[in-house]
Amino acid sequence: MADSKKKINDFCITFSTINGSGSATANTVLMRALFKMGIPVSGKNIFPSNIQGQPTWFSLRLSNKGYYGRVEKDDIVVAMNPATLANDVKYLKPGGVLLMPDDFKVSEIPEDIIVYSMPVRKLMRDSEVSPKLRDYVANMVYVGVLAHLLGISLKSIEDALDFNFKGKKAAIEPNSNAVKSAYEWATANLTKRDGYAVEQMDKTDHCIMTDGNLAAALGAIYGGVQYVGWYPITPATSLAESLMEYLPQLRRDPETGKDTYVVVQAEDELAAIGMAVGAGWSGLRAMTSTSGPGLSLMSETLGLAYYAEVPVVIWDVQRVGPSTGMPTRSSQGDLTMVNFISHGDTQMIQLIPGSVNECFEFGWRAFDIAERLQTPVVIMSDLDFGMNQWTTPEFNYPEKSMDRGKVLWEKDLEEKLKQLEGNWGRYLDVDGDGIPYRTVPGNRHPKSAYFTRGTSHDEYARYSEAPEVWVRVFDRLKKKIELGKKYLPKAVIETAAGAGFGIIATGSSSAPVEEARDLMAEKGIASDYLRVRSIPFGDEVKDFIEQHSICYVVDNNRDGQLAQLLTVEFPQLGGKLVKLAHMDGLSLSAEWITKQIMGELEMQR
Amino acid sequence: MTETITPTTTQLNLVGMSKADYRGASSTLCQGCGHNGIAAQIVAACYELNLIPEDVVKFSGIGCSSKSPTYFMSRSFSFNGLHGRMPSLAEGSLFADTSLKGIGLSGDGDSASIGMGQFKHIVRRNLPMVYIVENNGVYGLTKGQFSATAEKGLSIKKQGKNPYLPVDIAMEALAANASFVARSFAGDPRQVKELIKAAFSHSGTAVLDIISPCVTFGNHEDSLHSYAFGKEHEVPLHEINFVPAREEITVEDFEEGTERDVTLHDGSTIVLKKLETDYDPSNKFEALRVLEEGNQKNWLVTGLIYVDPDVPSMFDMYNLPDKALNRMKESELRPDQNSLKKINASFA
Repeated sequence: MADSKKKINDFCITFSTINGSGSATANTVLMRALFKMGIPVSGKNIFPSNIQGQPTWFSLRLSNKGYYGRVEKDDIVVAMNPATLANDVKYLKPGGVLLMPDDFKVSEIPEDIIVYSMPVRKLMRDSEVSPKLRDYVANMVYVGVLAHLLGISLKSIEDALDFNFKGKKAAIEPNSNAVKSAYEWATANLTKRDGYAVEQMDKTDHCIMTDGNLAAALGAIYGGVQYVGWYPITPATSLAESLMEYLPQLRRDPETGKDTYVVVQAEDELAAIGMAVGAGWSGLRAMTSTSGPGLSLMSETLGLAYYAEVPVVIWDVQRVGPSTGMPTRSSQGDLTMVNFISHGDTQMIQLIPGSVNECFEFGWRAFDIAERLQTPVVIMSDLDFGMNQWTTPEFNYPEKSMDRGKVLWEKDLEEKLKQLEGNWGRYLDVDGDGIPYRTVPGNRHPKSAYFTRGTSHDEYARYSEAPEVWVRVFDRLKKKIELGKKYLPKAVIETAAGAGFGIIATGSSSAPVEEARDLMAEKGIASDYLRVRSIPFGDEVKDFIEQHSICYVVDNNRDGQLAQLLTVEFPQLGGKLVKLAHMDGLSLSAEWITKQIMGELEMQR
Repeated sequence: MTETITPTTTQLNLVGMSKADYRGASSTLCQGCGHNGIAAQIVAACYELNLIPEDVVKFSGIGCSSKSPTYFMSRSFSFNGLHGRMPSLAEGSLFADTSLKGIGLSGDGDSASIGMGQFKHIVRRNLPMVYIVENNGVYGLTKGQFSATAEKGLSIKKQGKNPYLPVDIAMEALAANASFVARSFAGDPRQVKELIKAAFSHSGTAVLDIISPCVTFGNHEDSLHSYAFGKEHEVPLHEINFVPAREEITVEDFEEGTERDVTLHDGSTIVLKKLETDYDPSNKFEALRVLEEGNQKNWLVTGLIYVDPDVPSMFDMYNLPDKALNRMKESELRPDQNSLKKINASFA
């Protein structure tokens, strides 16, 4: 094999399996082993909304440069599902590798594809694995064969198995044995004819490998979450489940043995958000986690929370809509809905993490913002972050103490009443920043109580239908959020010398955009980049657009929702924005983004 | 408890409050609305229970009934939320400080239609709170449409005859494993008051289905939700007397063998004086039977229909600290740096 054909730590393997067959274990073990070798890895699950028996794919990307976006073509396909084999081969690059069980029959495999057959049935028959576990452990055969072909040390596979099964010997052993016997078979019987290989690196130092829903849950816990009302929905379910896994170890008072949190599985999303809003109103750090359909149901309550000024945190792990759409596929399709959610004029704050690490960070920061501004904060994650494993920097401990906002307890209220000569009102703008002072149930001061309602109210929380009262209170809400933008995470800007245009993107689209910028730079096309991290947009976003003659707005939805919102906010700059939007259930790829921008540039010439 | 009227001085209860301390804004509901009578009994009950207004939190949904928390106990926090979704607000809110006493005001439009799901789920979770359904069979705020509790065949001006069978709030509560179910009639204020006092002392969701006539849209003589029908057809199961924990039941009040006692978790007792038959409110079969019999015979069966003081409350299902959750500080809520180091190491 010529050295020029060698590809080290920079390729993509797609595993084509049947869901419910236990392939997830094999795939994550392999991914973890590569991560432990210091190689930046990312994994993307393409799975059906189904429990067992349907085709499922897992794409494992190794990228020595640290790119985590999706790629369009595979270098290696591990075909374990005969039903999809013919199609899976079509995704192979010329010169790619196909691994499959030796009893699979294929009629058309392009000549330049290198095929390795694996005696999966024989190895399983010869093994000591109990028959009922055979199907599950069979996937470990391809782990062993790949370990031999790519040069993955058995030690790192062992470490990864130990990690995956949390040290449980009974589970590790049959899997480990299957890997070893496949490895030995491959060593004795396979002649390597391809150029793909892995080598130890040091690119995952100070990094962790985990998913965005777990990161979000941990972020919420370090943010002091006290109340979670939730309802199961793909792809958000594992966020609440992670909370339930970690809260008992992290938030049980060692002295009293008591829990400082409550998690309630609600009867539906209407109740989940109702519970969270009730808890937030009473001074608890409260949250819920859901996806598009759940958010549609929560819409009315979010309007109430906005108008009655109740802090609450909502995680939207976006999937493909409208309606049931594609529950197990990713998109960024909820931006516009969330911005305007609920009837009447509303304005929701959105935080949009651009990495798994940021899922953790925004997890705790969201509570500070919600309590400071007394309003709902929606964190816009998506299935790509939420349910896929990523290499990401270690979680950083919150760098500042909690901001509980303007809450008055008995003594505070007494002082405030003195200061205001008795004139405190729940919705009174005392400080001129649009943020009133609030009391919460449990405050025993006789002047603390007020009547919270979604109907029109004055500064003293009294019902009023007077036009001037409505305008006064409602305009203050606008002012509160406008002045409160300083509490939101600012956009991240990366510039390049000689850049002729800007790119604007957000969330999980930033991984392929960063790669696309490098791909274009290699061709001599430099670009500036702004990653939106919160909506409403800060001044830096406006400045960025103003500084560029043209900005490509990259978005994983049909209508270019990020471009829509930018146009609404900065109508005078709308002419500079070009939407590059696409949504088919998969995350965007650097190839697609590059092609689109190059095409646009070509057209301008 | 007997009330002595002392006109010269303002009477104070054991916590030093006068009845005025339990009042709310003046009602904007119609003159004679059953809901106003119920609000008055809530004031009286809380006064007599010596509750401190700041210890009570009021909740409501949407509708005439849900407006009524404005009209009692202004010194208590109140959240007037969305249609049918009062229960979820309470399920979130009351965990913040479990020493607070919750009272929810709902109606038949609020709890028996959009709110049916949340109603049944709060009942099965047994969140400690008083849950009053002011039941008049009609939508008042939208000016007179049938509600889900209106009986089949009832005529109203706008819609003609009601073609559907009604929902029975008390039966729905029983089917959802309620631990406290009562039915009363706004025209029977004494019974309403005693039931509210018992409900406040129950450590679970106490459902009070109170027939509360709508004088404007639903008070026809032939309506099951009218004053006339209630006065004519009320069949109380017993005479109810609530005896707080600190008072002893005196023999003079009741004759041996003519009463049943239900002891609640806070040590108070509900004394049920037998009327025509000896009704046992701890028997769920009997509870369902008596409700069905009432429906078939056109009786308004009132009283404590079912109670089980020993069902664990929603609070009991969690491992809650003594200190109120909403008084917790950062040091109690944010795990330390070391724990995060361990987590990072576990994913490395």
